[in-house]
Amino acid sequence: MYAQMVKSEAAQDDPEKLAAFQARIDAGEKIEPKDWMPAAYRKTLIRQIGQHAHSEIVGQLPEGNWITRAPTLERKAILLAKVQDEAGHGLYLYCAAETLGVSRDEMTEMLLDGRMKYSSIFNYPTLNWSDIGAVGWLVDGAAIINQVPLQRTSFGPYSRAMIRVCKEESFHARQGFDAIRKMAEGTPEQKKMAQDSVNRLWFPALMMFGPSDKESVHSEQSMAWKIKMNTNDELRQKFVDQTVPQIEFLGLDLPDPGIKWNEERGHYDYTDPDWSEFFDVIKGNGPCNVDRLAARNKAWDDGAWVRDGLMAHAQKKRAAKTAAE
Amino acid sequence: MTRDEAFLQFLLRMGDNTLILGHRVSEWCGHSPVLEEDIALANTALDLIGQTQFWLGLAGEVQGDGKSADDIAFLRDVWDFRNLLLVEVPNGDFGRTLMRQFLFDAWHSIQLGHLMKSSDERVAAIAEKASKEVAYHLERSADTVVGLGDGTEESHRRMQESLDYLWPYVGEMFQSDEVDAEMVAAGIAPDPASLRDDYDALITRILADATLTIPDSRFGHKGGRTGKMHTEHLGHLLTQMQWLQRAYPGSNW
Repeated sequence: MYAQMVKSEAAQDDPEKLAAFQARIDAGEKIEPKDWMPAAYRKTLIRQIGQHAHSEIVGQLPEGNWITRAPTLERKAILLAKVQDEAGHGLYLYCAAETLGVSRDEMTEMLLDGRMKYSSIFNYPTLNWSDIGAVGWLVDGAAIINQVPLQRTSFGPYSRAMIRVCKEESFHARQGFDAIRKMAEGTPEQKKMAQDSVNRLWFPALMMFGPSDKESVHSEQSMAWKIKMNTNDELRQKFVDQTVPQIEFLGLDLPDPGIKWNEERGHYDYTDPDWSEFFDVIKGNGPCNVDRLAARNKAWDDGAWVRDGLMAHAQKKRAAKTAAE
Repeated sequence: MTRDEAFLQFLLRMGDNTLILGHRVSEWCGHSPVLEEDIALANTALDLIGQTQFWLGLAGEVQGDGKSADDIAFLRDVWDFRNLLLVEVPNGDFGRTLMRQFLFDAWHSIQLGHLMKSSDERVAAIAEKASKEVAYHLERSADTVVGLGDGTEESHRRMQESLDYLWPYVGEMFQSDEVDAEMVAAGIAPDPASLRDDYDALITRILADATLTIPDSRFGHKGGRTGKMHTEHLGHLLTQMQWLQRAYPGSNW
């Protein structure tokens, strides 16, 4: 899940219009960019889609961290293709957000000065090669659990983007699992790396679904508008239920001694992540927050002359064409 | 030098060029000036690494001692590499990276055009596949060089500086030796020197559109494609690229 803690706005529009809007959503209609929508719906969606897009962009950094050290040509190619996909997801999510009346440059500025967030998971480091497998398997796996229901979200462009994103993400998750499986079945050192990845990334992956429902106060309106389809805890449970048997299949130790099958509930019990750590990361105190934002700011600042140069050239060409006509 | 020995050297030259340039381009991941460029750079690197798998895979076959493309990529030292010096120099700014890409793509596209007619079917097949990708690389790098050369004062200055820095590495692409003579005799590959006129015509046209001045010198550094003297940069690149394979030998990844 690449959008967390998205603050939803309270609706303050004409009650009649609001009711008609809600009726369309309840009837399963898609809302398109030119349709009337409550200001709060628009604002919440910009936040949510923008945060999702930013996550795809910042997410290039922990994976890019291993491209130059990938151990085989095939692994290097797979990782390059994956990172390219993520950047592509960022691109069409920005486009989806732009249909709501905000530009990509405005959103980028808000990311760079900290007004907009990206997923907490990308503030954790990738420390050994197995992390690349774990990111595909656990992180993209968690993202898929969140995004599959969002394919049915009420806003047309977002829903269509999610359909495409989900196809590619499930491919990434399978490739990630394959990569970590090689490690888990490999030499003792490789197995140690795989275990280290699972131990280190398990709780941050659980945090991707956002705080527990008890503390998540902004959900109701978003759920009525079908911007959010399930509660955080529902999705987190689904992730745990799906992932625990996979960890066992890999022959790795479970990263949480609290994981136990609960016959009565028909689900695995598990230990909640340390929410104080989660809120620290959200506030900017995660292990990599400062470095990630610094890297994005540097890329943007260093690239200013390139963007200016290409823009100036395009204007010259347009002017020449106009003069010729 | 036997024909097979020369053939192996030729394949290493092709595969090491794409491997080392692919590596350099991939260093940009997440750091480029604009999202579209992140995608394009990753795409270019991906194509080059894919081509490497073919060239070095065939090199392993020709060598005949059971070495895979990965063994060749990850377990040789600096002196074994046969890539042009041009592709191993550090990225510098985005302008230098794209200028290097353009200077390489222009040669690469002409070279592959000849290799498609190679007497060796395997070489012709790899060239056929690669040439489609490289046609796109060239179109993009040429467009970017023109856009930035003929952009703002600053972008023009940076592109001229990039061209001035990289120009002494261009000549190596056209230096022929006994390996090339053997390849020409076998009808496998063209004589590098014979590509220079087409190359000059192509880059002169694009660099004129870019309002850039080609340095008035034909001096060329050499030593990459023969392996006799690489730059200091290649060793550092290899320490990163080969680290896992070296630290954990014999593992399956």
